[in-house]
Amino acid sequence: MPDDIRPDDRYEHIDPSPDVSDEVKTTTCYMCACRRGIRVHLKGGAIRYIEGNRDHPVNKGVLCAKGSAGIMQHYSPARLSQPLRRVGPRGSGEFEAISWDEALQTAEDWLGSVRRTDPRKLAFFTGRDQSQSLTGFWASQFGTPNHAAHGGFCSVNMAAAGIYSIGGSFWEFGEPDWENTRYFMMFGVAEDHDSNPIKTGLGKLKTQGQAKFVSVNPVRTGYSAIADEWVGIRPGTDGLFVMALIHELLRNGKVDLEYLARYTNAHWLVRKAPGTAEDGLFVRDANGNPIAYDRNTDQLVDATQTDIAPAMRGSFPLHQATPGDGGAGGEAVPAFQLVLDRYLDGRYSPDAVAGETGIDADNIRRIAAELAHAAFEQEISLDVAWTDWAGNKHDKIVGRPVSMHAMRGISAHSNGFQTCRAIHLLQMLLGSIDCPGGFRYKPPFPRPAPPGPKPAGKPDQVSPGSPMVGPPLGFVTGPEDLLIDSAGQALRIDKAYSWDAPMAAHGMMHTVIRNAWAGDPYPIDVLFMFMANMSWNSSMNTSETIEMLTDTDPETGEYKIPKIIYADAFQSEMVAYADLILPDTTYLERWDCVSLLDRPICSADGPADAIRQPVVAPDRDVRPFQDVLIDLGARLGLPAFVSETGDPRYRGGYPDYLVHHERTPGVGPLAGWRGADGETHGVGQPNDDQLSRYIENGCFWSDEFAPDERYYKHANRAYLERAAKMGWIASPDPIVHQLYSEPLQKFKLAGQGFGAVVPPARYRDRIVEAFDPLPLWYQPFEDDHTDAQAYPIRALTQRPMAMYHSWGSQNAWLRQIHGWNPLYMNRKTAEDHGLVDGDRVLVESPYGSIRAQIALMEGCNADTVWTWNAIGKKRGAWNLSDDAPESTKGFLLNHLITDLLPPKDGYRFTNTDPITGQAAWFDLRVRVIKDDSRAADIDAEATTPRAPGVSKAPARSRYGAQFLPKSSWRRKRGGSPS
Amino acid sequence: MHPAYSVIFFTTASSTGYGALIWLVILAGTGATTPTFAFGAVTFVIALGLITAGLLSSTFHLGHPERAWRALSQWRSSWLSREGVAAVVTYVPALVFAAGWLLLGTVEGIWLWVGILAAILSAATVACTGMIYASLRAIPRWSNPLVVPLYLGFSLSSGAILMVTLAAIFGMTPGIWAWIAAAATALTWAMKKAYWRHIDTAAPTATAESATGLGEIGKVRLLESPNSSANYIMREMGYGIARKHAARLRTISMVTGALVPIVALVLAGFLGGMPALAAVVLALLGTAIGVLVERWLFFAEAQHSAMLYYGASDV
Amino acid sequence: MTSLPANPGTKKLGLVIDLDICVGCHACAVNCKEWNTGGHSAPLTDENPYGADPLGVWFNRVHTFEAGDGADGRTVHFPRSCLHCEQPACVTVCPTGASYKRETDGIVLVNAETCIGCKLCSWACPYGAREYDHADGVMKKCTLCIDRIENQNLPEEDRVPACVSTCPASARHFGDLGDPDSAVSRLVEERDGYDLMPEMDMAPVNKYLPPRAPARENPAMQAPALAPETPETEAEDGFLGWVDRMLSR
Ligand SMILES: Nc1nc2c(c(=O)[nH]1)N[C@H]1C(S)=C(S)[C@@H](COP(=O)(O)OP(=O)(O)OC[C@H]3O[C@@H](n4cnc5c(=O)[nH]c(N)nc54)[C@H](O)[C@@H]3O)O[C@H]1N2
Ligand SMILES: Nc1nc2c(c(=O)[nH]1)N[C@H]1C(S)=C(S)[C@@H](COP(=O)(O)OP(=O)(O)OC[C@H]3O[C@@H](n4cnc5c(=O)[nH]c(N)nc54)[C@H](O)[C@@H]3O)O[C@H]1N2
Ligand code: SF4
Ligand code: SF4
Ligand code: SF4
Ligand code: SF4
Ligand code: SF4
Ligand SMILES: [Mo]
Repeated sequence: MPDDIRPDDRYEHIDPSPDVSDEVKTTTCYMCACRRGIRVHLKGGAIRYIEGNRDHPVNKGVLCAKGSAGIMQHYSPARLSQPLRRVGPRGSGEFEAISWDEALQTAEDWLGSVRRTDPRKLAFFTGRDQSQSLTGFWASQFGTPNHAAHGGFCSVNMAAAGIYSIGGSFWEFGEPDWENTRYFMMFGVAEDHDSNPIKTGLGKLKTQGQAKFVSVNPVRTGYSAIADEWVGIRPGTDGLFVMALIHELLRNGKVDLEYLARYTNAHWLVRKAPGTAEDGLFVRDANGNPIAYDRNTDQLVDATQTDIAPAMRGSFPLHQATPGDGGAGGEAVPAFQLVLDRYLDGRYSPDAVAGETGIDADNIRRIAAELAHAAFEQEISLDVAWTDWAGNKHDKIVGRPVSMHAMRGISAHSNGFQTCRAIHLLQMLLGSIDCPGGFRYKPPFPRPAPPGPKPAGKPDQVSPGSPMVGPPLGFVTGPEDLLIDSAGQALRIDKAYSWDAPMAAHGMMHTVIRNAWAGDPYPIDVLFMFMANMSWNSSMNTSETIEMLTDTDPETGEYKIPKIIYADAFQSEMVAYADLILPDTTYLERWDCVSLLDRPICSADGPADAIRQPVVAPDRDVRPFQDVLIDLGARLGLPAFVSETGDPRYRGGYPDYLVHHERTPGVGPLAGWRGADGETHGVGQPNDDQLSRYIENGCFWSDEFAPDERYYKHANRAYLERAAKMGWIASPDPIVHQLYSEPLQKFKLAGQGFGAVVPPARYRDRIVEAFDPLPLWYQPFEDDHTDAQAYPIRALTQRPMAMYHSWGSQNAWLRQIHGWNPLYMNRKTAEDHGLVDGDRVLVESPYGSIRAQIALMEGCNADTVWTWNAIGKKRGAWNLSDDAPESTKGFLLNHLITDLLPPKDGYRFTNTDPITGQAAWFDLRVRVIKDDSRAADIDAEATTPRAPGVSKAPARSRYGAQFLPKSSWRRKRGGSPS
Repeated sequence: MHPAYSVIFFTTASSTGYGALIWLVILAGTGATTPTFAFGAVTFVIALGLITAGLLSSTFHLGHPERAWRALSQWRSSWLSREGVAAVVTYVPALVFAAGWLLLGTVEGIWLWVGILAAILSAATVACTGMIYASLRAIPRWSNPLVVPLYLGFSLSSGAILMVTLAAIFGMTPGIWAWIAAAATALTWAMKKAYWRHIDTAAPTATAESATGLGEIGKVRLLESPNSSANYIMREMGYGIARKHAARLRTISMVTGALVPIVALVLAGFLGGMPALAAVVLALLGTAIGVLVERWLFFAEAQHSAMLYYGASDV
Repeated sequence: MTSLPANPGTKKLGLVIDLDICVGCHACAVNCKEWNTGGHSAPLTDENPYGADPLGVWFNRVHTFEAGDGADGRTVHFPRSCLHCEQPACVTVCPTGASYKRETDGIVLVNAETCIGCKLCSWACPYGAREYDHADGVMKKCTLCIDRIENQNLPEEDRVPACVSTCPASARHFGDLGDPDSAVSRLVEERDGYDLMPEMDMAPVNKYLPPRAPARENPAMQAPALAPETPETEAEDGFLGWVDRMLSR
């Protein structure tokens, strides 16, 4: 090439166009749970480079720090390489290698006997699972209700509050309308599952420069750093702040009444008959339809009609003639009247909440004014005609461009469900849900609030040797749906859907070990876990959890939790506590599926799903867990996994299942290229060629909504019809926002003693208080128990953007960024404590103490300390050296968090939200004391030996040298994969 | 800056060697000594030995010592290259001068001129060394007009003391030469004091605010380092010594490197025989320690502007 | 030739980094490492990768600063790599000529075949932008991805540095800062892009865009205050009257 001769060649000749790779394969990233499309460049069989897939609907070519470090994860020296059987005591990390035949036989024996006798004695919990539609189905086929994944300790408050309120939620199930929004409020987000889209969106929003971005967060880092306004709120008080905003908006009439009447249940009449079983329930007519007062006709009418002028306030006497009165009498008020009654009260005024939230009252007033201004003075109108569910045609799509997003800073508190509902209430009042410039649903949401089905697991639904009739997880609508026995005791091992956590939509993985150890509500035989580091960072109260895992029955000498099977790809902390290890592949070695039945990757503008394909073959004796599960399903004879003749149904393992499994006729794990000709999307016959069609398309399928389907999805006829056709919703009925939540009221009534299913006495107060049909705020539970004087500071964790929970620390590149974690503290607070930057301190909660080194900052709420999550490691885990900073300097905050609250009338409630059972990680209170002693940290006490087949970690990594020309001296200096 | 031992050894050993060489030429040129074989042999071996050992040690810290010859190529712009060229070139007149002295027993006429050339090149080499540091804007305290004179001063004063000591060993009475060495030492350390005063008081050249450009918002502080363990830059440039320690070490270096040698040399000028020898040996020992400590501090006290990105507030 | 090019071309390739939208995610840093460890400068050695004090070669690093005091201050994420200076001391101090600045596009590079590993260039760079590879014994640094930006084996849109193509926030821009009409030059012009440590006289090519003060003229921030809380507005038709008024419109 003539290009090659340039003046610079006298310095050095450089080929500007070297070959990058011999081959590029697309697949889906799994350096975290966000599932971006990637292109993997291979050279000489090794991974040269991983980049974002430009065509992918989610990441559009970008890749985060973790995704960019995939090479180091794939070649990690902590990878497990063969099945293992424990030989030493639990926790010792002493294993022997066994064959897969032996491993599977052992699992089959253990599980088979459980299934034949009492399937509930299997607790199958699957952590960071992305194949929940398979694992949940497997559990149901096995016949155990004891299944869930990580949602309960993750963000179920966010999911449940959203689904019960608006039929969709923040988390990764919705997104702001980045293009059109004029005011964006973010509550308690450090990173999120939607991390790259959020970054892209914020970049766009700020570059366009038309919107204001407000971040409400006790800590000013990450996204909060680029916010136009940072609101450094005191943890756990967002509910009050939001209600003060609502107070201001209501007081000034800055509320979209039309939106409320059209899309919410604000005008539905609620019966006021205190002391009766009907109190607080909607008044319904004979057909079960809610009633409103029509001001045009002065009649009580079906509230779901569109041609009425419903009263939004007032009070209407109920009498015999009232449709559906049922004779209870009393009076009825529109739900909105209750909203007015509650939030106009002076205790929600900015001045009243300023002290508790730590936010200046004037700032609250100003933010309320800005919200009102953005919503009502900057209306967005798109020139797109659309038709609503009732057939009314609109020639424009009009929106109130205020958007919100919230995540674990809201949900990981014991008042998180109600706080999250408060945010949804604020959105409803502003009329900004799924409108231009507002928060937008991603399909398959919205769904009815709440959607079916209900959780299976009632006594008559569980029997030896047979599947359950339904899925173990679902949505309850009242006490009658709970999984409790006649004495009110929990039926699930995690006590989900019991009075401890009635609306535990995602289960409660964080209570399993404690309950299994205590045999409460009953002992189990096998604990089978996948992809969750439960002896470490995903456990509240890590130290006691370790004790429970290793505790034995003094009489028999048997472990309290008799058998533990665990599937991990790496030598995590949890491995040492299991009896049988099923080693998984890395994400680049297996088939996987990101299904619409599970946690989808859709955008607000269209559905999408994706697969993972093996891009390199495993070089170890490991198997994809999904293959193993399907194999076990066949061995155990689970009906869906065997043919009529009893042979394995999916001989081709997971890829076979992905293509051929049908959940309901025509609906399988993958929505793209279905049907005999492969041209149907959504519902259609299995297509043998489906996976190759995915691969041809870059390993994903995506579709785009027509412009008129993109907004007001909860009430948009074109959208609803499409959604019904795709099988996302049962029928194209509108989805009504639940401003007032009747299911919550039903539980409250039960707490008051009404109804057939009522809680045992010790639950009553707590149910009555928390289950309020309108959002309310109460102190995080820790505050009731912990002396605020003695433990004055709140302690939080945040996700580091460049690290994924515990599993990033084995990554040679990522651990250079976060090899240990300081405790960050407000500079002023530190001064008051007599502390200076870099001091070593003791951090104490009523439940434990740890050592840390402090780092001072300005952008931190004065009553808050925080650290990066899950950096601290147990010595020896992850094949890190014994002196690795992760175990010598880093610390795990979880040692200070309790999983149980102190006893109340002899019973210890879990440290969770009383409604959903969401782990209340961020309620923690601590004190910080200067401490120079260098005594060993708990984290560093014992070391774990390398498991058989895990080789010694190299002292130097020269990854990449192998791609140099053979003649290069740099290549000769060594270039083995890490 | 990280005080690397090879660099400390190089700068002190070769500079003393060059200084000794210069004084040898001066002694010869002034007729203060006659070119006796034994004295010449020992002195040349020691002076050229120190120079050579220093130069060799400086190649030890290279990643590719076998390519060291390449360092001679960029004399047009690089002081390090110039230093290398000067060092290599110096050997030619130095060895010719040594040959005249040792083989022909002459240091006169053309031989002296060759010696003077060697002395000038020696001084130039030392000045180049000084310029390497003085030209680094990134280390503001080094880009200071005193650095080159200081390097020359230390070379000449420690070279003088070495020379006087060797001469005394060979039975010469130090006399005025001891006082000249004392004066050189005094002058050098006076400059060093001025240097310290300068680095203690000079206004910062760059600040965390100018390094980040964020000064308009307010005071700039590092919140998070890009990596939680020290990287190359932090290890190489991030060496910081506490003021308290620096002050103590400065005193040690002044006492051992200035006070002890000056007193000993002044006395030596009055003495003869063994007492004089003892005095100059004491001066040499003192200066060796003093200069090593001084050189260590030269690096350890220097702040590199890159550290503004790692928590330093100004340099 | 370690001296700077006598006749530098007009082209000055470089990066423009927008501190206003950088969220500090480290994607650019890790992606840079990933690309370059197998690229022109391969490998970017990591010493002690699984032990205490890991020490790796990185061409791009992301710092986080706080500017200003108390709650009024700001947190600013600050990615930093070689600035491809127009007057780079790292080049002029180099005794071997291994360090050089290209005439055609101004990229500053190290020739790994001639570098002796004396480290002087790293002392000379005020920005700490050079990285010594102990295993290879040579200095390495950001190459501005010379093996990408003109690589005919890559699709056109991928011919930008790895750090630029991966940045999720689009906080990084690549282009010719010598061309006043280029997109990057215009961005610098519009946003008051600035040089780091101008007092060092290196004339860096890379520019930084400052964090914007909240745009007070932004309509979202122009909201008139809501009515103050007074007994009057709380009277029956003061604060509830609006419900009826709005409904009867
Ligand atoms: N203090 C505090 N604690 C918290 C949180 C917090 O904010 N603060 N957050 C909570 C939340 S939201 C969550 S989701 C949890 C997360 O905590 P975990 O669910 O424990 O998540 P990870 O640490 O990512 O570990 C999951 C396990 O998956 C394994 N793994 C990784 N890749 C694979 C693979 O390909 N196959 C298999 N089989 N295994 C693999 C890893 O080795 C690791 O052992 O932590 C919770 N804990
Ligand atoms: N890089 C990376 N990405 C991840 C993960 C990871 O480990 N690493 N994990 C994934 C997982 S499992 C999850 S669940 C998501 C979670 O994503 P996030 O919800 O972003 O998770 P956290 O890091 O827990 O962030 C909680 C934020 O809330 C703030 N906060 C705490 N208490 C309060 C409060 O009372 N009020 C307010 N307003 N804010 C508060 C904290 O300061 C913190 O910024 O991230 C996912 N994405
Ligand atoms: S956020 Fe990062 S690690 Fe997670 S899937 Fe996306 S690119 Fe991969
Ligand atoms: S990738 Fe972009 S947003 Fe992330 S740290 Fe780098 S410049 Fe900042
Ligand atoms: S930033 Fe440093 S390494 Fe890069 S050109 Fe400038 S002086 Fe040289
Ligand atoms: S380390 Fe290499 S590039 Fe740097 S100055 Fe020395 S020879 Fe030149
Ligand atoms: S331009 Fe290339 S080498 Fe330079 S920082 Fe960006 S990715 Fe790294
Ligand atoms: Mo999570």
